[in-house]
Amino acid sequence: MTRHLTFNWRDTAASLALLAAIVALWWAASHGGWVSRVFLPTPQATLDSLLQGLGLGGGGAEAGELAGFAASTVGRMLWGWGLACAAGVALGTLIGSSDAARAWLQPTLELIRPLPASAVIPLAISIFGLSGGMVLAVVAFGAMWPVLLATMHGMASVHERLREVATALQLSRPQFVWKIGLPHALPDILAGLRLAMTVALIVSVVGEMIASQSGLGQAILLAARSFRASELFAGIVLLGAIGFVSNAALAWAEARLLSWQHP
Amino acid sequence: MAETSHRPVRAFAVRLRGWALPFALLAVLEVYARTVGRGSDALAPPSAAVRAFAVALGDGTLFAATGFTLGSAALGLALGAGLGAALGIVLGLAPRVARVSFLSIEVFRPLPSVALIPLAMLVFGFGARMELAVVAFATFWPMLVLTQAAVRQVEPGWLEVARALGLSPWSTIAKIVLPAIVPRLFVALRLAVAIALVVAVTVEIAANPHGVGYAMSLAQQSLDPALMLAWLLWIGVIGFAVNAGMLRLAQRVARRMGAPS
Repeated sequence: MTRHLTFNWRDTAASLALLAAIVALWWAASHGGWVSRVFLPTPQATLDSLLQGLGLGGGGAEAGELAGFAASTVGRMLWGWGLACAAGVALGTLIGSSDAARAWLQPTLELIRPLPASAVIPLAISIFGLSGGMVLAVVAFGAMWPVLLATMHGMASVHERLREVATALQLSRPQFVWKIGLPHALPDILAGLRLAMTVALIVSVVGEMIASQSGLGQAILLAARSFRASELFAGIVLLGAIGFVSNAALAWAEARLLSWQHP
Repeated sequence: MAETSHRPVRAFAVRLRGWALPFALLAVLEVYARTVGRGSDALAPPSAAVRAFAVALGDGTLFAATGFTLGSAALGLALGAGLGAALGIVLGLAPRVARVSFLSIEVFRPLPSVALIPLAMLVFGFGARMELAVVAFATFWPMLVLTQAAVRQVEPGWLEVARALGLSPWSTIAKIVLPAIVPRLFVALRLAVAIALVVAVTVEIAANPHGVGYAMSLAQQSLDPALMLAWLLWIGVIGFAVNAGMLRLAQRVARRMGAPS
């Protein structure tokens, strides 16, 4: 999308300046006492907490703690996302390629779909108890919907001509799915996978907050409860970084995997 | 649609098939909860959930909690979506400003909204304001991005007309840009409404002791599975109704704006 824009030094400098101005505003607000330090730590204190939490600077009891929390949150997010992808693509392919499956299953899915994934957590707690597996199941459940809907949509919107071609070539249904359906649905599926990653991170964090599973969600909630604002901000910055990196990685993968569409 | 409309009986049979699975699941749950899982703290028969729902409806807790959730979601949405749409229009009309702020937006946008729950709790304490703040943050970004994209797709000729007529920026937005983007704006708003509702319930389940989300966690914590299922069902009904209402509203607006639907 932005590939054809010519690189412009003045715009780049101006965008960096804007970001620097936002940080400067933060610095001024916390140092000048416009906002209570209880809520808003200085950028320096946040950076110190971040470095100490990552085990990069200073010793202390909590050195490296944040890195461990981040690792377990990322692990939960990736596992849940992986499960969601597998289940979403499989179920979406089944429903998208078979009219019978659509007639039997779609209304049930339409009924479950508006439920927020977080609303399923209390139910999951009462069935599975407060365990890491429970959180993982909820993450997979929540992240499955974007993939499922995208796959269904991609499979169902295969052009009539291509279906005729498949009939003329006497392709079996698995062959049709593999050779025509899935390649056709790929752009939709990839967009769904990206959205699913965002959902997986959100549900992982909520799950950790509610079910007290070790991770960044629990860490920032505890930091807020004990008024450790710099640790809270360090955790928020890390979560933002995780969201940024995972989104950018998938956008990059998407562009590469779809490059055959723009010769 | 057109194909099935002149075969109503068959169409009805097809629709009926879709309801077989939900009813079968409910029946299995009913039988299971009445026999094997009798007296369980985790699951209750759907009939007991319906009774618990009627009780909550009768004593007014249902209305109070629903009002709180919908109210905070709506206020947060108005704040976040309003600001997002306004900034989106500005960035859409001024490509240079958009290029300069692109980096800052991309730095803040991927932040998961739920990460702000503890911060909002610290700043505002419990209550409607913290929920409103998180909902506003969550709805701001999609509204900003989608509005900006919508404004960029406004026919350039129309903007030239506005320039030729010497319209002020304010009346260009009011008379040219806004009418042109209304259908797309409503698509964005539909997404934002769904997000607002999900985030509001999430905030209540995770931290805020008010509203339907809290009522549901409370029922789970007090080992009352029937009431918990009743709330879960009700949250589903609210989500379904709000989304269906927004879809109809968007379609109606699109028709009135003359879009071929």
